[in-house]
Amino acid sequence: MSDKNFSIIGSYKTKNTVEKTAGVIFLACAFFAVLAVFSITLYMIISGTPAIFEVGLKEILFGTVWKPNAADPSYGIFYVIVTSIVGTFLAILIGVPIGVLTAIFLAETAPKRLAGIVKPAVELLAGVPSVIYGLLGILILNPIMYKLELLIFKDSPNHQFTGGSNLISAVLVLAIMILPTVINISESALRAVPRHYKDASLALGATHIQTIFKVMIPAAKSGIITAIVLGVGRAIGEAMAISLVAGNGANIPLPFNSVRFLTTAVVSEMSYASDTHKRVLFTIGLVLFAFIMLINLALNKVMKGGKKDANS
Amino acid sequence: MPTVNSIYDKRLRPLDGLIHGIIYFCASISICLLAGIVGYVAFRGLSSINLAFLTTVPSSLKGTFGIAGNIVNTLYIIIITLLIAVPFGVGAAIYLNEYAKPGKLVSLIEFTTETLSGIPSIVFGLFGYVFFGITLGLGYSILTGALTLVLMVLPLITRNTQEALKTVPDSYRSGALGIGATKWYMIRTILLPSAIPGIITGIILSIGRIVGESAALLFTAGSGFLLPKLGEYGEGLFQKVLQPGGTLTIQLFLSMEKADYDSAFGIALVLLAIVFGINMLTKYLAHKFNVNK
Repeated sequence: MSDKNFSIIGSYKTKNTVEKTAGVIFLACAFFAVLAVFSITLYMIISGTPAIFEVGLKEILFGTVWKPNAADPSYGIFYVIVTSIVGTFLAILIGVPIGVLTAIFLAETAPKRLAGIVKPAVELLAGVPSVIYGLLGILILNPIMYKLELLIFKDSPNHQFTGGSNLISAVLVLAIMILPTVINISESALRAVPRHYKDASLALGATHIQTIFKVMIPAAKSGIITAIVLGVGRAIGEAMAISLVAGNGANIPLPFNSVRFLTTAVVSEMSYASDTHKRVLFTIGLVLFAFIMLINLALNKVMKGGKKDANS
Repeated sequence: MPTVNSIYDKRLRPLDGLIHGIIYFCASISICLLAGIVGYVAFRGLSSINLAFLTTVPSSLKGTFGIAGNIVNTLYIIIITLLIAVPFGVGAAIYLNEYAKPGKLVSLIEFTTETLSGIPSIVFGLFGYVFFGITLGLGYSILTGALTLVLMVLPLITRNTQEALKTVPDSYRSGALGIGATKWYMIRTILLPSAIPGIITGIILSIGRIVGESAALLFTAGSGFLLPKLGEYGEGLFQKVLQPGGTLTIQLFLSMEKADYDSAFGIALVLLAIVFGINMLTKYLAHKFNVNK
């Protein structure tokens, strides 16, 4: 009562300012992500394009010789691009069927208790740093591959021995690495299929397997596609796990060749590259970035399609 | 002639059995692989972990190899990254959930957040190296690394906070606004406390991502392994922020490159233990969160 100046109008004014400031601050926070993506895109283009003008777009993208330190340097990354595509494709080809079938096992056919143990383990492995997969690749896969290599190429003098660091090792590491991602997302997609779909199919006389493959997988389609696309993204963007497993020679991606991916090219040479060489590495980064943006757009489409399905 | 339809005459489907077999086969491949990975790392790593390994720094003078410096660097990067990423991430989630009206702006923000979570860490590394390291002149330092990681973990925090805000019943909002609270007051006193478990889940997942990150840090935070010097008034603790510092994962990669596999497995086991702890904590929180509902 002592405060004679108390008025609902004055209070309204300060409150109004606070309100407006709060709104603006939250908007600014939300714009942070837009700003980040915008500046990443901008900087990747700014630092990736000078080399294109210097060396020539065709020479970089379709050149097949990578000799950045030679007297007459050449910066062809064609094989590197092809390796990334082929390697990712093969990893998906191996990893996705195993992953999806494991997801079916966990969601449908496994005894509850077993699934209760396996599922947390899979979740744990999704968080394991990728470098650890690489470490195991070097110590377990590479020696096996080397023995295979010795066996197969015993009589061919033209073969360059790689000590087991080859495309197959890298693909296997990638396939294992994407397993947890594929399993987790496919499993939750399968679990999200409404219970009555399954019941109706079983009641009509379909067997459990028929129900899984003809009813549940089509219903969980968009979730499984999301899992695959995320797997592609993770495989194409992985650098550290395969940088020591793949051998790192810029060769044609044949199974027993030492190969170089877009990511490993950047990781292995960035620390000592300079001038044009360094700028070309940024161009490689830009190519990788372009691939990822395409994958993201695809993912966005799939997710939107999935939402539409759910609404209809 | 048996013209009666009977379930005893049902057509056997040998294919079903085959597919069942394939499913079990694939599942056992995954399970064996995943269990093998953990088992092998634990088996190889246990022998190299001891007190000296955890509490010293590498020194050719004393001939020791330890990861204390890397542990401290990892903590530095986690703290700085979260200090910046959490306010921005939570703020963005509040905007998207409480202020924004559906439209082009929101779909732009949501699309970029999605994109940010899909960009591979090596691209973040290149960007951080050019932008924070060279353009802003921070060089190879813990701060450069942390700023780069802010961009990486931002989507995690935003998305988890958004999920948490979505579970707050609308009646809470209407109730608060109905008795005369302003929107900001309502957010501060009703929404944020209710969303705390979700925010914490986001933070924990971010810590997991930071701990496991390597490609984004190699060219930003560098690979220092020394403990911070305290200095006279402890100012060394702050100077450390502008010095290079490699996290555990970076050290693991460097040990791998030098073919020092024993230390590499030691670090790998420490990392697995951290990841395991983080997973448990997330599970516990998710459980608690559900009970409260």
